[in-house]
Amino acid sequence: MLEFLQYQFMQNAFLAALLVSIACGVVGTYVVIKKIVFISGGISHAAFGGIGLGFFLGINPVLTAIPFSALSAILIGALAKKVDISEDTAIGILWSVGMALGILFINLSPGYAPDLFSYLFGSILTISNTDLIIMLVLVLTILLIVGLLHREFTAISFDEEFAEVVGVPTKLIYLILLALVALSVVVLIKAVGIILIIALLTIPAAISRQFTYKIPQLMLGSVVLGMVLTMAGLWLSYVFDLASGSTIVLVLAIAFLITFFLKKKFDIIK
Amino acid sequence: MSVVNIEGLYYKFKEDYVLEEIDLTIEKNEFMALIGPNGGGKTTLLKHILGLLKPDKGSIEVLGLLPGKANKIGYLPQRSSYKSNFPISVFQVVLMGRYNHFLKNYDKIDHKMALKTLKKVDILDLKDKHIEKLSGGQLQRVLIARALVRDPELLILDEPTASLDPQFQGKFYELLSKLKKEMTIIMVSHDIGVVSSYVDSIACLNRKIYCHGPVEESVEELEKAYQCPIDLIAHGLPHRVLRNHGN
Repeated sequence: MLEFLQYQFMQNAFLAALLVSIACGVVGTYVVIKKIVFISGGISHAAFGGIGLGFFLGINPVLTAIPFSALSAILIGALAKKVDISEDTAIGILWSVGMALGILFINLSPGYAPDLFSYLFGSILTISNTDLIIMLVLVLTILLIVGLLHREFTAISFDEEFAEVVGVPTKLIYLILLALVALSVVVLIKAVGIILIIALLTIPAAISRQFTYKIPQLMLGSVVLGMVLTMAGLWLSYVFDLASGSTIVLVLAIAFLITFFLKKKFDIIK
Repeated sequence: MSVVNIEGLYYKFKEDYVLEEIDLTIEKNEFMALIGPNGGGKTTLLKHILGLLKPDKGSIEVLGLLPGKANKIGYLPQRSSYKSNFPISVFQVVLMGRYNHFLKNYDKIDHKMALKTLKKVDILDLKDKHIEKLSGGQLQRVLIARALVRDPELLILDEPTASLDPQFQGKFYELLSKLKKEMTIIMVSHDIGVVSSYVDSIACLNRKIYCHGPVEESVEELEKAYQCPIDLIAHGLPHRVLRNHGN
């Protein structure tokens, strides 16, 4: 059963799955409890503009995706707070503008972009050593920021107004949180693809939220669940020769359904 | 030294003034009830004192500082501003009231204060519960503890008794009478009858401040603020109002 691990690309895929689980477990917890799922969706789609820019400039698209998605995260946050438009409108605009820019850049790029689909739908099997190093740096950055600012993130997620009163710079912390989402989006891009990122940012946290109300446990649970389920999805996709990103997401969704009904049943027994 | 000093404050929401020519001084250790009809701007005024809103005109000073800069403020918001199904325990919510600044972890003193305050509001036994599992009254006590745990010099309560269980309500007012020796209290309330026997002064707000002073003197002015006064005073203010306050 483990013979597939002897391939370099499989080893890379598993390391990637590990990093992906950490990023989505930690950041996904805030995405779920702060209820910023659709902002995160907007940020992940806007990141496609950064991917396109990478193709256009002829450099690693993951590298250009970092400033691009971070910038769009901050733009969504700032637009919604400063200008008199609602947040979901800001999300909608940046979501589509990011995608449009990405396609335009690729259009203008010389030649053909063969692995374009891998950024849209993910291809965890083509992750290179360079990609892994970028992902590792991003994950460490995420962990460092959360380690330093978790009190502030929890405070603004629970009660923004009260947080402001006790001296939390809520607007700044909110923008940092969105930037964190942007970083995790970049970690996830190659593994599951832009279109499926939101599944990994929400489903593990949504599952473990049903079983605990303590945020550290929630994060740890999401990370472990993310690991087990992405590995399972990866293995299934290998065995049945299916698209890896889609298989991972479907495994997550099935796990959510099972735990949801189990939880319901247990609650009735209690 | 006055704790809150507001001069000539105007605040406009869209086209209309919600607050107009507000002059208000609240002295140290004053227990003031802020009353007035719904939509009269009570919460809006509190938010100016807290630094959550900026006035269009006029100046505010809180504890000698600009609003938002003053740190020793305890605040009990109205129900709507938080999520009651948030994954957090009672103790952790109260601990958040001890927030100090960036990178500073909650220390032993913070933990001790949180436990002490939970005891003060009689819910120490609930400290490890998920807030989702609490009744409305219990949750309100948690939020009262969160406001008190800061050891504030100014306590701002926005309709604190709205969802309190009746057993605790009396106790809560007793607690406030004790606390006012240590701090200044501003409380928004609809419960004029009960309030008047505990507070030092009443301010009536309906876009403008109609009066601010000791309870008895303010009663007559109430009608101007409410605009359908006789009814309200007859029902809302029992006889003891005028009796109890000789000072």
